Amino acid sequence: MKLQDEQDSRGYYRRMQSAIEELLILKGVFTGADVERQVKAMDSRDPGRGAKMVARAWVDPAYRARALENGSAAAEELGFAVGPLRLIVLEDTPRVHNVIVCTLCSCYPRMLLGLPPEWYKSRNYRSRVVREPRQVLREFGTHIPDEVEIRVHDSTADMRYMVLPLRPAGSGHLNEEQLAQLVTRDSLIGVALAGAPG
Amino acid sequence: MGGREPVAARFAPGERVRVRRADPPGHVRTPWYCRGHAGVIERICGSFANPEELAYNRDGLPARPLYRVRFLCRELWQNYAGNAGDVVEIEIFQHWLEPA
Repeated sequence: MKLQDEQDSRGYYRRMQSAIEELLILKGVFTGADVERQVKAMDSRDPGRGAKMVARAWVDPAYRARALENGSAAAEELGFAVGPLRLIVLEDTPRVHNVIVCTLCSCYPRMLLGLPPEWYKSRNYRSRVVREPRQVLREFGTHIPDEVEIRVHDSTADMRYMVLPLRPAGSGHLNEEQLAQLVTRDSLIGVALAGAPG
Repeated sequence: MGGREPVAARFAPGERVRVRRADPPGHVRTPWYCRGHAGVIERICGSFANPEELAYNRDGLPARPLYRVRFLCRELWQNYAGNAGDVVEIEIFQHWLEPA
C-alpha cells in the first residue's frame, strides 16, 4: 500500500519535471543537448572516485592529512572536479564511526560518488539514522561496538561529506589499486565498513 | 538587499550555542529536530549566501557564517539508547544560533 503511494507520487513529480524541462527548452534557457550532456556527466561519476581517494589516503599519510584538512583540494589533486560545494572527509578511527545523511532532502557527494542509492533518499533512512543510528546500521549488517562513538553528519547546507573508512585488517600486502577494490559505496556513506580482502 | 560584506562570525569552535526555537515560513534549512537544543561549535565552514533568500531568487547577501554544530544524541532525543558519546553534527547558519 505504502509502496503504491510512493510510486504514484514519483509519477506525478516526473510528469511535472518533464513539463518544466520542456518549457525551459522552449524558452531557450537551455537546450536538449545541454540536458543530455549533464546526464552523461552525472552518469560518468561513480563511487570509484571516492574509493581512489580512500586507497590513496590509506597508503600515503601526507595525502591523508591533506584530505582531512581540505577534502575538495584532495579530490582535485586526483583529477576529480568538485565544483562549488565543499567536501569534508570524515575519518573513522578505532574509537569513532562516521555516517552521512541529508535529513532535509538528498544532499550527497555526487561529484565523487555519482547518484545516491534510492534508500539514501527514503524517508525511513533520513528520519531514523539521526534518531537511532545503531539500529539502522545493524539493519545494514553493520555492528558498531558500544564503546565506539557514532557521529552522524546531517548535510543541511553547503558542505558535502565522504567517510574515510578504517583500512581492513589483513590488507597490508595489497597495492593501492587492490585496496580501492575494498572500498564500497556504502562504506563511503558509512553504513558499512570497507570489505575484508578476499 | 543588505551590504556585500560577509557578516562577521560571532562564535568560535568549542563555544556552546543553542538553536533558536523558531518557526518562520518559507524555505528553511535548519532541521526541526535540533531547534531549541544546545550544542558545541565544531568548526566554522565559511560564509555562504542565505538559502532562505536564495530559494526566492534573491541574492542571499550579505553572506552569513555557516557552522557545523555538534549535538549529543541524548541532548536531541529523550531516552536515547546508544553510547552516551554518540553525536549528530549539523550545518547551521549564524542567524539560527544564540549563546548557550
